[in-house]
Order: sequence, then C-alpha cells, then structure tokens
Amino acid sequence: MLAESLALTAALFIIGVIGVLIHRNAIIIFMCVELMLTAVNLTFVAFSRFYGTAGQVFVVFVMTVSAAEAAVGLAIIIAIFRHRQTINLKDINLLKG
Amino acid sequence: MLLQTAVSAASQVHPLSGTIAEWVWLLPILPLAGFVINGLLSLAGARFGPTDPTAAGDHHSGAAADAPASAHLEHGAEGEDQHAVKRHRWSGVVSVVGPGVLILSFLLALGIWQAMASAQPAAAFIQSYFSWMPVGDLRIDAAFQLDQLSMVMILVITGVGALIHVFSVGYMRDDPSYPRYFSYLNLFVFFMLVLVLGANYPVLFVGWEGVGLCSYLLIGFWFNEKANADAGKKAFIVNRIGDFGLLVAMFMLFANIGVLDFAGVSAKAVDLGAGSALVTTICLFMFLGCTGKSAQIPLYIWLPDAMAGPTPVSALIHAATMVTAGVYLIARSSFLFSLSPVASLTVAVVGAVTAIFAATIGLKQWDIKKVLGYSTISQLWYMFVGVGVGAYVSGMFHLVTHAFFKALLFLGSGSVIHAMHTAYHQTHSAEDAQDMRNMGGLKRYLPVTCVLMWIATLAISGIPPFSGFFSKDEILGSVFARAQGSTLASATWLGIPGSTLLYIIYAIGLAAAFLTAVYMTRMMLYTFHGPTRTGTEEEKALHEAPWIMTGPLVVLGILAVFGGWLNLPEVVTDIIPLGPRELLAHWLDPVVGEATTRITAGAAQAPAVTEQMLIGAAVVIAVAGIVLAMARLKPDRLPRKRDAVPEHGFEGVVAHKYYVDEGIERTIVEPTYAVSRSFLWRVIDNGLIDGFFVNGSAALARGFGWVGSRLQTGNVGVYAWFLVVGVLVMLGAFTLR
Repeated sequence: MLAESLALTAALFIIGVIGVLIHRNAIIIFMCVELMLTAVNLTFVAFSRFYGTAGQVFVVFVMTVSAAEAAVGLAIIIAIFRHRQTINLKDINLLKG
Repeated sequence: MLLQTAVSAASQVHPLSGTIAEWVWLLPILPLAGFVINGLLSLAGARFGPTDPTAAGDHHSGAAADAPASAHLEHGAEGEDQHAVKRHRWSGVVSVVGPGVLILSFLLALGIWQAMASAQPAAAFIQSYFSWMPVGDLRIDAAFQLDQLSMVMILVITGVGALIHVFSVGYMRDDPSYPRYFSYLNLFVFFMLVLVLGANYPVLFVGWEGVGLCSYLLIGFWFNEKANADAGKKAFIVNRIGDFGLLVAMFMLFANIGVLDFAGVSAKAVDLGAGSALVTTICLFMFLGCTGKSAQIPLYIWLPDAMAGPTPVSALIHAATMVTAGVYLIARSSFLFSLSPVASLTVAVVGAVTAIFAATIGLKQWDIKKVLGYSTISQLWYMFVGVGVGAYVSGMFHLVTHAFFKALLFLGSGSVIHAMHTAYHQTHSAEDAQDMRNMGGLKRYLPVTCVLMWIATLAISGIPPFSGFFSKDEILGSVFARAQGSTLASATWLGIPGSTLLYIIYAIGLAAAFLTAVYMTRMMLYTFHGPTRTGTEEEKALHEAPWIMTGPLVVLGILAVFGGWLNLPEVVTDIIPLGPRELLAHWLDPVVGEATTRITAGAAQAPAVTEQMLIGAAVVIAVAGIVLAMARLKPDRLPRKRDAVPEHGFEGVVAHKYYVDEGIERTIVEPTYAVSRSFLWRVIDNGLIDGFFVNGSAALARGFGWVGSRLQTGNVGVYAWFLVVGVLVMLGAFTLR
C-alpha cells in the first residue's frame, strides 16, 4: 500500500520537475511547482497513515506556505507582465553575468 | 634587570660577588644612556635646529670633493669666515654627555679592576640577568662575564674610548650633525662592551653585529657624498661574509656539544677531540668571522675605505677597538684554537700574508689616513700571529699597546687634517687636505702633534723602550720559540711542517717590521718635514689644534711610551731592572694559561742569549728601516699633488693596492650585477615572481571569474537545470556510496 502511494507521489513529483525544466511560460512553471508541492503533501499523508499524524500537520503547513507563495508568485508574474508585456522566461534574463 | 639575582657560575660565593663588580651591567648601560640622550637631541635638533645640515653639506661639497673624510670640517673654521655655520643648538649638552658617560664608564671600570686585582679570582665572574633563549636543551642567558681578559678589553675600550671622545669634542663640535655623531659613537661603545662582556657566543654576537652596525653608520657619517655612503656599505657587506662564518661556527658548536656559553664550551671542548677535523672546521669558520671584523685577507678590503669616516672614528673603531674584536674572539676561544694546531697555524699564516701585503701597499699611499689604515691591517697581523701561535698574552699585549699608539697616530692625523682643512677653507682652495703631497714642514705649525706622532711612530716601529717594542718583540719571540717542540711545530699545514712554517712566519714578521718602520718614517717625513707644500696663502692659517684635542694626544703619548711596562719580558728585566716583569701574563693566566700550556707542551724555553739576539735583530731591522727611509726619501723634491706623475711598473701596481679592488670589482661585483640584472631581475623577479606568481594568480582568479560569469545566464530555466542536476548527483552519490 505504501509502495504504491510513494510511486504515485514520485511520479507526480517527476512530472512537476520535468514541467519546470522544459516549459518557458511562467504560469505553467508556477503550476508545475505547485504540482511538486502537492506530490510532497501526498507523500506526507501516505507516511502519516503508517507512522502517526505528524505528517498531516506538515501538510497543513505546506499548504499554508504554498498559498502564500502562490499569492506572491502570481503578483510577481503580473508585475513582470505589466512591465515587459511577456511572461516567457527566455526573455527575462536581467541577471545575466 | 636590577632585581635579578646574580648567579655565580663557578661557586656560590665568588670572590667578586658583593663588590663593585656587581655593577658591571652599568658599564654598557652608561654609553647606552648617552646614545639615547644624544640621539633624542639629534632628532630634536633635526626638527627645530637653527641650521639645515643638508643645505650646509651641499654648499661645500664642491670644494671638498677630494677630501670626503673631512668634507664638513670646514665648519670648524673659526673667526671671520662668512660661511661659518652656527653650531648645533644642543652642542653644549652633547659635549658634556657624550664624553661624560665614557669617563664615568672608565671610572667604574677602574673600580672594578681594583676589586678584581685585590680579589684575584681564579674563575670568571658571571652575572646572569634574564633568560634570553630557552629552547629545548639550549639555555642562553643574557649574561655578562667578567674575567681578566674582558677586564683588559674594558679598560682599553673605555679608557682609549674616553680620550677619543674628548678629542671628538674639538674635532666635530662645528659639524651640523654633532649630536648624531656622538649618539653613534656612544652606541658603538655600548655594543663593544656587550661584545667583550658577553658570557656566551650569542651575546658576543649581538655586540659583534652591533659594532658592525655602528661602524657602518659612522663610516657613512657624511653620507651626502656617495663615496662615503659606498664605503659604509662595503664595510657592512664584507663584514656580513665574516659574520656568516661566526654563525656557522656557533651552529656547529651547538650541534656537537650543545652549549654556547664560554664556561660550558671550555669544559666540553676536549670532547671534540684534540686536532680533529671537527674542531679545526669550527675554528676556521670562527676565524672567517675574525678576518671580516679584523680586516685580514681575504676580507681586509673594507678597512682602507673605512677611512672615509671622521678621523676619531677611525681611531676608535678602525684602529683601537672594533678591529681587534677578532683577536679578542680568538683569545676568548683559546680553549678551541689550542686544540687545533692546523687552525692556529692558519691564523698565523693568514696574518703573516696580510701583514706583508698591507705593509707594501702602505709604502705607496699618499692619503695620510690610508697609510694608517694599511698600517692597522698590517699591525693586526702581529696580534693574530700572537694568538695564532698560542701566545695569547702577547697578542693581547700588542692589542693594548697598539690601541695606544695607533689611536695616537690617528688622532694626530686628525689634528693635521683639522689644521690643513682650516687652512684650505680660509683660502677657499679645493686642494686635498689629507694628501701628504700637500703637507710637508708641518712641524713648524703643529709642534705638539709632531712630537707625539714621532713617539707613536717609534713605538709602532718597535724602537725600545717604547711600548710597541715590547709587545712586537714578544710576539716574534713567541713565534721563534714555538718552532721547536710545541704542538704547532709537530703539525703540518698543507704539507709544510709547522716548524718550517713558523720560521718563515718569523722571517715575514721581521720583513713586516722593516716595512712598517719605512712607511711610518715616510709618512712622518712627508707630513712634518721638508718645505711646506701647502701653499703660501694657506701657511698663515696653519695652527695647532685646541687643547681639547691635544690633551688626549698627550695622554695617549704617555701611554704609548710607557705601555710596555704592562708586560716587561724577563730577558729585559734581567739586564735592566725597569720594573715588575710580565704583569699582563700573570694577570691573564687564569683565562688563557691552560690553552697556552697545551700548545707549548714540551717546548723548551729558549736560552736567554737567543732571546737577546732575537731582540737585537728586531731592533736593528727597525732602525735600519727608519734610517733607510730617512736616507732615501727626499721630502724637498716631492711635487704637490696636482703636479704629481703617476707611478709606473711595480710601484704603480703597489700604488693601486695590487689592483685587488679592481679585481674584486671584475670577478665578483660585476658578475654579481650581471647575474642580478640578466637572471635574477629579468628571469626570477620579472618572470617568475611578477609574471608567474603575482600576475599568474591574478590571471587565475580572472579566469575562474570568467567561467563563473558564464554560468550566470540570468535564465531561471538554466538555474533550475543546475539545481536538478545537482540534486541528482548528490542523491546518486549518497545512494551508490
């Protein structure tokens, strides 16, 4: 039971990582990050079923943080779009060394 | 330092503890205090003084180009001279402090000598003040050692030193850097006393280096002229070569017997093995140090140039005290040298070669101080031969008498130069005030100096009953006596039997004595006799030096006459009862007696008749030298310096000092410059250090920076890739471990 759950969360996490790596659109990347967070949350839940409820406490924390992060992140993306008329990350490289 | 408990080495209660000898630390501290006071006055004067020394020096440097040693003496011109520079504002204080501390030191030394004479200690009185270098098994204390040998040196240093300090007041008073001069001179006496008082080799070495430093400072005292500064540098660098030898000797002593204090080394020296290669090597390295400090071949070249310093400095440092430090070191290390006949013979041979070399050069010098400089080199040989053949008492005896008459000669020449310079300054002449070709007939103007210098000349030539006769004769007699039956005679040196070698050295000694008589008479004739070549205008300005300069001369003159009474030989007192015999020998017996006996073991005392014949031969040769010089040299026909023609042939070679300086310039200095310029500078410095290390590390940092900056694409996607790859690598590393 645990193995299947972990396999699912791993698959979800890897999908998220690949999404972050290959996409250029900031919104999609943002969604992929959220997907990774969700995969981690699922892992916590799966573990908490076998090893006590501490994992569920973490899930609440992570959801809170990701909600806050979503608010800030979306605000940033909107600010970038207003400024540059694009959210394609390829075009945003002000920190180039 | 005061609170430290005195530790007596030999026994808990030393005959000298509780006496005035406890105050031995004050001996060097007094000149040190003088150095501090005069140095501070010098600094204060440099800031607030009425005159600018540099400007004054520049003003006169053109006129004095040929007389570097006394370039500033012209400030001594008194009276109406419009260029006369005001004296240093603190010169009054300096005139009291500078000689004052020396006189106090001398009085204290007399007190200590009195205590020592009444206590007659058999062992050295060692005062340990604090632990200086406690490293592992090695324990080196800042300790002073008072014994009969250091006592003799202390009396010479402070006594002759005080006289020369007093003379300096008259000679240097009008110099703009007067306080600086006395601060250096006091510092020199401090280091010289540390040298002779040190109870172990490292403390001795501190003094050894210190006197080298002061010598450098004083030779280059008038550093406005490059020649003087160069002479100072030459002395310093040449001395470093010798110091290297002394250091190596110290390292070897420590490596092999583990102690460096004189008492310890003296006790364990026999463990090194009498006549072993080890002890010979140590002694030879130590002797290398002595050749540097005491100007013997091969390191004598700095001493003639050292005459660039003020004349009293030449008298104190380069005649009476510092250059005799090598002799003192060998006498002090007699427990080592007596173990190695080969090293002892080397000392004697090197001394003999130096003597004949320097004496011939002295024959052809025209600068009055250069003559005396070469004479010093040549006289040092007597001391070295003395300590070389194990006649440590005779060597020290000649050291003392030489300090008297050579200081007298130098101060006398200072008086002459002073007069000459004043005269030339009055007429604004650019003539050389130190060249004997410009002198002549000075006895009419400087009668006191003339008489006193004749006394010194007779003393240095070895005419009885002047002091030089006794000391010189005793050394030659010792060489002759050692040729039969001593450990030296049975040793071989480079395949030559020691006995033969000693007879050769004796013959060289007679030859050197002859040459000494000739060149000293020549100097006196050309300086004081015949017509005056100074110039008609200048003659009017020639006059005797003030009493503050002639006073010390008179005292030294008395000492030069009666110095021989310190150690009257038996063979003389048997014939003429002049006084108690061999005072110095008895005095020094506790220190060097054992070493002397070790060398003379089995040597039969030469019969009195032989000794009398030896003395007779020496006197005849000295008289012959003087007579020959008087007969052959014609001061009447001597051209002035500007009319002189250069010598040719062998005379020219001698006049150019055998081209030794030129040879060293070609073989050592120029190649060193060439290697430095082409290899060390261009390859090592520019290429390796600047190019590779300095610029290379900069380029390396820049390269890393470039690579790092390429990674900063500014693209979040790329950063995400790095992150993921990094995580994967870490996970993989942990998993596969």
